[in-house]
Amino acid sequence: MTSQSYFRAAVLDAGLPPPEGLTGPHGMPLGNRFNVYRNNVVMSLTEALQSSFPVVQKLVGEEFFSALAGLYLRQHPPSSPLLMFYGDAMPAFLTNFPPAQGLGYLPDMARLELALRQSYHAADAAPVAATALAEIAPDLLAHARLHFTPATRLVRSRWPIHAIWRFNMATDAPKPTMEAQDVLILRPEFDPVPQLLPTGTGDTLAALFEGVPLGPAIEALPDPAALGPLLTLLLQGCAVHSISVEAP
Amino acid sequence: MLDHSFSALPPAPGVGYKAQHFSSILADAEPVRWLEIHAENYMGGGGRPIAQIRHLAERFPISCHGVGLSIGGESPLDREHLARLKHLVGWLHPASFSEHLAWSTHDAAFLNDLLPLPCTAATLNRVALHVDQVQAALGRRMLLENPSTYLAFAETEMSEIAFLTGIARQTGCGLLLDVNNVHVSCTNQQTDPYEYINTFPLHLVGEIHLGGHDAQQDDRGAPLLIDSHGQPVTDPVWQLYAHTIAKGGAKPTLIEWDNDVPDWPTLAAEAARAAALMPAISA
Repeated sequence: MTSQSYFRAAVLDAGLPPPEGLTGPHGMPLGNRFNVYRNNVVMSLTEALQSSFPVVQKLVGEEFFSALAGLYLRQHPPSSPLLMFYGDAMPAFLTNFPPAQGLGYLPDMARLELALRQSYHAADAAPVAATALAEIAPDLLAHARLHFTPATRLVRSRWPIHAIWRFNMATDAPKPTMEAQDVLILRPEFDPVPQLLPTGTGDTLAALFEGVPLGPAIEALPDPAALGPLLTLLLQGCAVHSISVEAP
Repeated sequence: MLDHSFSALPPAPGVGYKAQHFSSILADAEPVRWLEIHAENYMGGGGRPIAQIRHLAERFPISCHGVGLSIGGESPLDREHLARLKHLVGWLHPASFSEHLAWSTHDAAFLNDLLPLPCTAATLNRVALHVDQVQAALGRRMLLENPSTYLAFAETEMSEIAFLTGIARQTGCGLLLDVNNVHVSCTNQQTDPYEYINTFPLHLVGEIHLGGHDAQQDDRGAPLLIDSHGQPVTDPVWQLYAHTIAKGGAKPTLIEWDNDVPDWPTLAAEAARAAALMPAISA
């Protein structure tokens, strides 16, 4: 009997012989026909990874990407039929992939592209009005917690990932220079927009994402003047779904 | 003549929906009367894909086609995936739900291909059990599609048609007849596609598929056709389709074009070709 366990293993490992009990037409020898399934699986999963990680592919080139996709899909075949979320182990895979060691920013770029994909498919949620914070009594503001829309994502990096992303996706973007960059992904309607966070606001935003109230969260700001632009970015970018206030 | 009991799609052409055709379809879909979606592409939380299909479903009957249930799998059905499907079918109210006689998931790996299984009494019982479970979960009948095959199993005990008919008899499901798959499989198995159609229980067919294929050869020089959905329907498949509807009557007919997707006029022209073959026999 041809077991699906062995069939699965042989599809992903061209070094294994095809499963026993398979034939060509009318009992003739199988020949190379099993390779149709091997090719279909490798090609379709490689294409899924190409569409998940277009910038990673641009950075390493098509040939390099196909080779790494071939290794990745064998180590990490999809765990569900929802291929739009395929590739969540790619950042860790790239971190431990010796041929990519010269490109230290590659794992973070994969994280950014995963976050963009998740944002695109995230549930819809109505944002609060851009004036919502102004309606909260000033003495309660420090106790306000922001609850973010499901499509909003924060990706932090010690590499200039926003600049590298733009350099590869936009025609007029300047060449990246070395600096750490935090990226806020906003989805005002249907298209996720990666926004560069103002310098020094990443810790505060990360705290807000974790549910820390505004008061303690802004203690992480090196310059209190950065708070206004950060809140404007969040509110005008439809990032905030609701605000809750717990009185002290 | 028309059998609506397996699907509420009109006996007219439909196409596989692609996001790049959204505005063309809303502007003028003729002669396309219904749309097919791949269920798994609409199982995210929200965003543009779901907004588009909600909008289109108000104007067009939708055929919901699953590619990930692994109904032919040795392992039990993935309950989480079945729950996602139930949720989708619950809000979309598609005119039809269909899946494949194939497997794609084993040992927690989804291989994204329609993998083959032998036609034996044991596999028939297993597939019938899975079809029963899907129909119970969705609260509706489904259609099961004949596969494209590239090889054969020594252990096979019955013909593919006897197998599909047996499942339909045990479960009450309908069948989806992919005429391109018939041409591809019969060429690859060196059997007669017209005999296949003449033997097929056409009264159980709720939907027909047409699509393009690649032509290759195996290492012995025998023709090996690959179901690729990346080009126009070939002439032999159109002729086989004409034979099918002359025998079984006009059926909802899908043009499948999933790779190297053409512009809307090219796709609509394929649908028009199917439409042109239909009225001749439905009168």
